[in-house]
Formats: sequence, structure tokens, C-alpha cells
Amino acid sequence: MKYNVILPTGILVASLLFSGCGQKENVEADPTPAAPATTETSAAPAAADFTAAIEQYRNFAVEQCDLFVKETEKFTNAVKAGKLDEAKKLYAPARAYYERIEPVAEALGDLDPNIDARVNDVDAAEWRGFHRIEKALWEDKTTAGQEGFADQLLKDAQLLRAKIETIDIDASLMVTGAVELLNEVSSSKVTGEEELYSHTDLYDFAANVEGANKIFEILKPEVAKKDADLEKEIGDRFATLKQELEAFKKGDGYVDYTELKDDQIRKLSQNLDALAEPLSNMGKILGV
Amino acid sequence: MSDRNKNSNDDSIMKKPMTRRDVLRLAGTGGLGLLLGGGAIGGLFTAENNRKSEAAQAPAAEDRIPFYGHHQAGIITPAQNFICFAAFDVTGSGSHSLQKLFRTWTAAAAAMAEGKQVGEESDNHNLPPVDTGESVGLNPSRLTITFGAGTSLFDDRFGLSSKRPPSFKELPAFNGEQLEPQWSGGDIGVQVCADDMQVAFHAVRNLARMARGTAVLRWVQEGFQRSTQADPSGGTPRNLLGFKDGTGNPAVTSGQDMDKVVWAQGSDGAAWMGGGSYMAVRRIRMRIEIWDRSSLKDQEDTFGRYRASGAPLGSKNEFDPVDLSAKDEKGNPHIPANSHVALARGDGSLQMLRRSYSYSGGIDLKTGQLDAGLLFISYQRDLIKQFVAMQQKLSKSDRLNEYILHVGSAVFACFPGASKGGYIGDTLF
Repeated sequence: MKYNVILPTGILVASLLFSGCGQKENVEADPTPAAPATTETSAAPAAADFTAAIEQYRNFAVEQCDLFVKETEKFTNAVKAGKLDEAKKLYAPARAYYERIEPVAEALGDLDPNIDARVNDVDAAEWRGFHRIEKALWEDKTTAGQEGFADQLLKDAQLLRAKIETIDIDASLMVTGAVELLNEVSSSKVTGEEELYSHTDLYDFAANVEGANKIFEILKPEVAKKDADLEKEIGDRFATLKQELEAFKKGDGYVDYTELKDDQIRKLSQNLDALAEPLSNMGKILGV
Repeated sequence: MSDRNKNSNDDSIMKKPMTRRDVLRLAGTGGLGLLLGGGAIGGLFTAENNRKSEAAQAPAAEDRIPFYGHHQAGIITPAQNFICFAAFDVTGSGSHSLQKLFRTWTAAAAAMAEGKQVGEESDNHNLPPVDTGESVGLNPSRLTITFGAGTSLFDDRFGLSSKRPPSFKELPAFNGEQLEPQWSGGDIGVQVCADDMQVAFHAVRNLARMARGTAVLRWVQEGFQRSTQADPSGGTPRNLLGFKDGTGNPAVTSGQDMDKVVWAQGSDGAAWMGGGSYMAVRRIRMRIEIWDRSSLKDQEDTFGRYRASGAPLGSKNEFDPVDLSAKDEKGNPHIPANSHVALARGDGSLQMLRRSYSYSGGIDLKTGQLDAGLLFISYQRDLIKQFVAMQQKLSKSDRLNEYILHVGSAVFACFPGASKGGYIGDTLF
């Protein structure tokens, strides 16, 4: 936006179209099937066509959301049936579907706090969602009194599913979303503050990284075209982090956060930052 | 014996016991300086065998901010380059020891503001020096020391519970904060600011030393901003997120505004606070690593200002009015409604005087990330109507919350200024 006072109008229009400021027209006005994102663009600095990439990501988000609703329902059913152990087992895996597409959910305003707010994030009277139930299951060790929150959670999950197709996804949302997913890890998961009671932070950690990785995989050809070194660097660092996470796998999931040693936490955090820094430069595929 | 004695033996004037102040007084008139030259003066009151000359003349007026006055210094005083903030807990009981502490602190603070040491040094080699010494020879560097009482001082320990101003309470919990005890609270808050870090540290250290047995340090945080040397123009300083911070501060030159925004009035509910001010201190950690990988557009939308100029989005210059209704060519507001400036500015009715500093606290041992941010300090006439109202708004929806975390918090009722012969807090007792 800053450039609108400096640049001549012609350039301004072009930059606005592809910088995420004027996304709607750009993305939705073209109903024809998109050319694959890998198609060579001409030598002129014409902006890339992200239609196919966006479609691919939308499909991914919808698919994750479908699974999210399905798994959340299993979880809330267990809570309502008073099956404490089963509910605890279903909790983290259900959340993972949400964590993979969190930036999309966040674009929907109140849905994110309703589904995913932690104890201090909102006023006590408004606190609901996963973490509310998490506290009951792990700290109070009971499902009693959680039926209402369980119903609400399932409804919020279904609402998310209903709304997700209406979200105006553009390339800019994807680029910033990938970084935001890692920021989520950085500010709460890697510190063990996200899952205060269940200590299942590594499930979220892995899911956030997978969500970011998915976006990168989709945009990779464009990144490679713009900056092959960057594409390689990001790819390498994803691999490093994934390999590191691998060590903490346990059965179908991950070890309890409290089992991590101080130096392991720090290394995870630093490798995450090492990945997020180049990942934030993916924005160069969007132009100025 | 030391060189000091050897050196002064030949000099008849040195045989007469003289205090450092006598020397300064003489030096100030030029008398002693003419007699001995600077080198000898230095030797007279430097404890070590340090032959370097000490600037014996009185510090230049621009380096001195008078301690005594109607208001305490350090509130509407233009912010110095550095801060060393100290919160104390009183360990003694009864108001007598507390009053004694404030008397001692007042005398020391007034002396340090003049560039003097905290007490009269003796030549007794069997005693530790009265002053800790690291500011010897330094000018006061616009040192200000500002004292305030925490809410806990008004419990039943000192017989002050009936004196607590009605609007002066513990802050309510705000959304998203993660307050840590080691950065929060305190019976007494002391804001020490100076254009030299060593001068500021010296003050805190000596106040803490004098307090031993009566009060102990609870937490200390140093802070900095760009120095006047680095920015002689004195433009609005930038915070560690790279944005100008403080553009919207009220003008301290307007007595009327300050009475409305900053100074508690005797009629506000606590007569003893008339001419004082309520301070809110928040240690706000910035998620530096996350901020650094956010796009320029995200950063500017977060603040609602351009990073380069500090101008509100859609405007040209830093001090252009913040017009929240201004729209771009697509009809979207230039300044996002949840941007920091949009919420902080609001309709302009909520004001406070901010006097914040950046801090760097090394690294977070857990994550290896920088522990750095803002030591937010604001002064206001009424904490509830001003700071609390503002922070409730910000903590709910400020876009900046994604990048910051409030980890420390304290409020202090900063006394009115002391007059010569009186002491800080004397209106309270």
C-alpha cells in the first residue's frame, strides 16, 4: 500500500493485482481451467498465475476440514458418553486436522477463538472449545459438565466446514499462511504453552509444520522459478525439522511434551526459526 | 599507606580535613582550582591512587535536572537515553522505618541529581566508602529519580490502608498476558533515568544499598532508546519492531493538558497525591523472530503506520492526523480497524503520557530466542479511566498482540514532588 504514493499509476495497478490487495478480481474472475503452475512464463516480469495452486490448496483445506469434523465428532461423542480415556486418546489427533489449516480458519474471525482459545486468550465467560475440554479431561480428570462444550465444539467445527469454501484464498494468504503456521509453533507449541494440560504440543507442532510444508509443496515450482537457491534452502530445512521431529514419534503420535529435555526444546525452536526465515521470503513470487 | 597520602603530604592545605563538598564549593568559586590545579583536587577525594583529574566544576545546567520541585522529575522530563527501573519490597514494618528510608533516599537522590556522591566520604581507611564510586567524575547526565508507592504498600503493615487512593488498585487481568512474578509488583517503584547508563545504575545500586535492612530489590530492568548522540534531531524514537513509538504523546509543554492527563489533583480522592501521577509499568516481550519474518505490509497494517515515515497509513507525514474514516480507492479503510494506532487512538479521548524504553534481556533459555521488548511506562491521572480502559481495548483486539507478550506488570502512585527540607512521600505520612 505504501507504494501508492510513490509509484506511477500504471505500475500501481499491476502491483496491486498481485500483491494481495486486490485478490478477488484476480482469482475469481477467471473461470477457465488454470494452466499448471509449472508452465513457463515469458521472460517479461509478468506475474505468475496462481489459479491452479489456489485450487489445489483449497482442495487440501476442504479435505482436512472434512476429516476435522469427522474426528471431532468422535471426540465429542466420547466426551458426551463419559469415556474419559477414549476422549483423551482422540483429542490430539482430531486437533491435528485443524492445526494444518489454521491460517484459513483464522481468516474466519471468531471461529478460531471459539475452537482453539487457550485459558487466557479470552474472557473467562467466553472460553469454550478444545482447550476448555482439555482442562476438564486432564486436570479435573472428568468429562462431567463438558457436554455443552462438546456440542458447541462440534457445531463450530461444522460451521468451519460450511464456511471454508467461501474463503477468499489467494496466493498472498498462502504465502503468509505458511509462515503463520510456523509462527504458531514458535509462540506456543515449542514452549509447551498450547497444550497446558494434555502436553500434546508435539502433535500440533507436527501438524503446523505439515500445513506449512503443504503450501510450500504447492508453490514450490514458482519459488524455484524465481529463486532456485531459496527453494532448495527451504526444502532442506523442512527436511531437517521433519527428521528432528521423527525422533519424538511414539506409536501413531508423539511423546508427551514434558519428556523433552531443555536442549531438545531449544534445538527444535532454533531449527524452526531457521526454516521460517527463508520461508518468509517465499513472498517474492508475488512480485512487489 | 597509599600514594594518596604521600602525594598530599607536601601540601599544607591537604592537612586540614576537608570534605568533598568543601572542595567542590571551593572549586566552584575557582579558589581551590587556582591554588592546586585540577589534578590535586582529584587526588584529594579519590579513594584509589587515581591521579586522573576529576571535573571539579559544578556540572553544566543542561546536565542537571533539579530533584526538588512541585512535581517529581522524570515524568514530564523529556526521556533520557537510558533507564534503570527498580522495584523494591519493604521488609521492615511500621511507618517509622519507611519514613526514614524515604528521607535517606531523598537526600541521596537530590545529591546525585547534582552530580554529587551520596554522602560525605571520610578518609578512614578502615571503613568502606560511603558512595560506591562508579559515578565519580561523571556529570549527572540529566539523572532523574522518580519514586512511587505500589498498591501493596497500602496493606496493614504501615498503617497506610486508609490512605489508598480509590482509583489505585491492582490491575485487572488482561487477555493474553502471561505475567511472571519476577517481573511484577513491588511495594515501591523507582524509575531512574539518565543519559548515561553507569550514572543510572549507580543510583539504583546506592539506593538499594541504603535500603538494606528496610527494603530489598524485587526486580530490576534496564532499558535504552536511541541516544541523543545518535539522533541529535530528537525525532520520535523507534521501538525494537522498527516503528516510531510515541508520536501521539500529549505535549508536555501544555500545563493544562498535563493537569488533565498526567497530574493527579488533590480533589481526585487522595489529597496527598495532588501533583503526583500514577504510573503503569509493563514488561512487554516482543516476539522478535516472528516479527522479523512478517511482510512489510503485515507490519504496517499491524501498526497502522508506515514504517519509514511513521505517517498514518494513507497519509504523508508522521504527525498527520490519524483519520480512521479515510478510505482507499477500493473503499477499504486505509488504517485497519484492529491496527495498533486505530485502537490506541480511538476517538482521541483516552490519553496518557508514555515514557517507554526498549529492553534487551539476553536470550530466552528455553527457546534460544531473544528476550527483548519494551519496558512500557505510562503516567496518568487515573489508572482505571486511562491505562486500564486502554489496555482492555488493546488486549482484546490489537493486531499487535500476535507479536508481543506482556510478562511483567506493576503500578505505582508516584508522589508529588518534594520541597527542600521535606522528603519524598512526606504528604503521605
